[in-house]
Amino acid sequence: MSLENQSYTLRVNNKSLDVQDAWIGESLLYVLRERLGMPGAKGACEQGECGSCTVLLDGEAVCSCLVLAAAATDADIRTVESIGDGQTLSDVQQAFVESGAVQCGFCTPGLIVAVENLLTHNPRPTEMQVKEALSGNICRCTGYGRIFDAVSVAVARRTGVSQ
Amino acid sequence: MSVKTRTRRDILGTSALRPDAVPKVQGKFAFSSDLWAENMLWGATLRSPHAYARIVSIDTTAAWKIDGVECVLTHEDVPGKPTYGLIASDQPVLARDFVRYMGEPVVLVAGDHPETCRRALAAIKVEYEVLEPLVDPEKSIDLSVPPIHPDGNLIRRQQIIRGDQSLIGEVVVEGNYELGMQDQAFLGTEAALALPDPGGTGVELYVATQWLHEDRGQIAACLNLPEDKVRLVLGGVGGAFGAREDISLQVHSCLLALRTSRPVKMQYSRQESFFGHVHRHPARIWMRHHATKDGRLLRVEARVVMDGGAYASTSSAVLINAVTHVQGPYKCEHATVDGYAVRTNNPPCGAMRGFGVVQACFAHEGQMDKLALACGISPVDIRLINAMETGDRLITGQTILNSAPVAQCIRETAEIPMPPNMTNDTDVLAIPGGSGLTATPSKIRRGIGWGVSIKNLMYSEGFDDFSTARCTVEDGRVSLKFATSEVGQGFVTLAPQIARTVLGLDEVFIETIDTGIGSAGSTSASRQTWMSGGAVNGACKLVATNIIAEVAKMRGLDPSTLQIQGTDIVDLSGNAVESVVAATKGKRFSETYEFHHQPTGELDENGQGDCHTAFAFVAHRAVVDVDPDLGLVKVVQIATAQDVGRVLNPLSLLGQVEGGIAQGLGLAVMEEIIVENGRVRNPSFTDYLLPTALDAPDVIARYVEVPDPYAPLGAKGVGEPPCISVTPAIVAAIRDATGVDLLRVPVRPQDICL
Repeated sequence: MSLENQSYTLRVNNKSLDVQDAWIGESLLYVLRERLGMPGAKGACEQGECGSCTVLLDGEAVCSCLVLAAAATDADIRTVESIGDGQTLSDVQQAFVESGAVQCGFCTPGLIVAVENLLTHNPRPTEMQVKEALSGNICRCTGYGRIFDAVSVAVARRTGVSQ
Repeated sequence: MSVKTRTRRDILGTSALRPDAVPKVQGKFAFSSDLWAENMLWGATLRSPHAYARIVSIDTTAAWKIDGVECVLTHEDVPGKPTYGLIASDQPVLARDFVRYMGEPVVLVAGDHPETCRRALAAIKVEYEVLEPLVDPEKSIDLSVPPIHPDGNLIRRQQIIRGDQSLIGEVVVEGNYELGMQDQAFLGTEAALALPDPGGTGVELYVATQWLHEDRGQIAACLNLPEDKVRLVLGGVGGAFGAREDISLQVHSCLLALRTSRPVKMQYSRQESFFGHVHRHPARIWMRHHATKDGRLLRVEARVVMDGGAYASTSSAVLINAVTHVQGPYKCEHATVDGYAVRTNNPPCGAMRGFGVVQACFAHEGQMDKLALACGISPVDIRLINAMETGDRLITGQTILNSAPVAQCIRETAEIPMPPNMTNDTDVLAIPGGSGLTATPSKIRRGIGWGVSIKNLMYSEGFDDFSTARCTVEDGRVSLKFATSEVGQGFVTLAPQIARTVLGLDEVFIETIDTGIGSAGSTSASRQTWMSGGAVNGACKLVATNIIAEVAKMRGLDPSTLQIQGTDIVDLSGNAVESVVAATKGKRFSETYEFHHQPTGELDENGQGDCHTAFAFVAHRAVVDVDPDLGLVKVVQIATAQDVGRVLNPLSLLGQVEGGIAQGLGLAVMEEIIVENGRVRNPSFTDYLLPTALDAPDVIARYVEVPDPYAPLGAKGVGEPPCISVTPAIVAAIRDATGVDLLRVPVRPQDICL
């Protein structure tokens, strides 16, 4: 390939990972998925509209399809792969499974990151705060009802308030 | 894994959890777009920028010269049948002489990087003679323009003539209804990985599809390979909703893989996805309803025109669904219906959840409201006094043999409490216009509307869409094999529930979903619970019989005195003889079962015939708030009661109901592919608006359980009904709020306020 290539290092999920000889036009989403073996973030719109590719960049939820990977070398990147410990599910993940918040599941990893991020910043969100926080994550299967339920289950467990 | 251990058994009737939910929340579930192979190339497609043009020349020289490009293919490189298609094989694998819609595939490339492919596509020179596109369906009907395709401009016409053709009702209402083009907008765009066999003698394709075996037949024909040399494996599917019933990149990826002798992955971008699959048919429907002055429906007249776009896809079947459902779930003796599915240079249309019935329902429910108004009775009463029952005849002459609790669905929906009125404390995000703060709360008007529908289940017109399943029990463990596409609907949850219920065993595994067993038919038409559920149930029952026979033989008992109850084999007095786990220790039982639904027939020239397999019903009541100044709508609540036969998994069912309602809401007030003179103007998620978390209404659902005598598990399909009558219910609510006679969806702000 005669593309304009460069090598650089990304810090993902607390690990320094080398990206070798990569076209500099690649998005963070592409590099995570195709070069670093982390396909958890999904691509579904390439415009930052659907949230399927949501990752945390220095603690902020971003659409990784809109981030140039080669420009994220100084950032602390967290992906869905860092949630839970790989064996045990996080409380949010567990709530999604139990509440029926997953159907086809394509939007799910992005939603998991978005909900974890919401609850980190706002442990007791109101119903409308949840809806607003998730309004950048499109789900085509569920109609969102079970996703809202999953969030309230996770909030209740995390804050010790019984349902 | 860490799903909580529960003591109850995940049998039919329980909210068993999805077996794939854990990998999905971890980001570990492999969707088709996540697949990767050593030495893999990327494939890409050059598409027509014109709605209609003659191809003068194709020059791929410059693309071949780009470093990293391994292959460039045109129509000349298709080794087998040059066309494909679900019902009629009318769509070129790659365009040869003409392009007939914007986005039609013309050239394929394979390269070492997606960017290499993009540059190669940009380097290809196609010279077109641009032609005036045929975009008005009426011109396809009146044959006033030359055919744009060798098969002609009329795909199908079907009339329904029944009863007294000159009957005039005491009350007559009519309206012209129109529906825009909706997109399925599944989240996981088209993706596939093709792996060529050594020597190019065959190919293995991992693909997101609704029907593996149908794809295989079409692919094999185009590749000029025997079907057994084309093996399809279901790649993880990110939603479908009808858009994966047709061929998209299946043939293309296999062609590139066979030509390069390397694995080839193709994945559409969102923009390409809008061009790469069929959409819901836009439709224009005129209806005139005749009734007695007390509101009893006597006769329906209708003219239905569906724009099929450039290629036929399933247009002929969509049309039949539309014309045979124009009466709605109401008794009606007399009918005069004329329906057309036509070819134009607009984007091809085919299957989408609701399949023709969505269009018919929007019109007939508008008519029922007009009738109610004209007769001076309520929207609920007009529907109740006409509600269809088991034993009634459709306008096709077919008798409804299924359970038909239409009146019960309406009554139960009406009993659901209304949402609270808006107050000064209502969150601004919950009122029309939301965070834009555009609405003056005191001016917002609330409206209530109704929609009720009938939907056919399974395939129609004599088509035997059977399903196949194999059940194997070994050492107390069950494995199930089928080719049923799991697209998110939850058959992978339901199938083990069936096995546990029938066999009394709890460990159930699902084998790879591929073409290594007979067809399951398509995951469409609300049919897999009935059809593949019936196949799994049948296979498991055969195995259960074998297990009981074995136990009876070993113990010298009469097998007819034994049955499986819970997890045990019990005798006539209910005493446990042995657990099923113990009875199958060290033994293996395996049976395959093919399930067929009762046969259907074709329609005659007057649209008479028993063409449908079965029917399901649903009622919706919508409550909306409208800002009449800006024409913005907030759907507050949807109440629904659905005829489901029997609830097999309450959690999965609720997911189908809420998800379908959101899609019906999208059609009502947001979603439309805007096409101008054959050109798609909004092929992106920025410009094609989908319901978000803030648009989702409160959904309150009830289920009417009248087990269907024809359904193998007593349960009807539940996928499509939720999205059908919710659209007219929402529009009726907007009419109620504004007094504007809205006859087109999606309802746009200017339709309300200008």
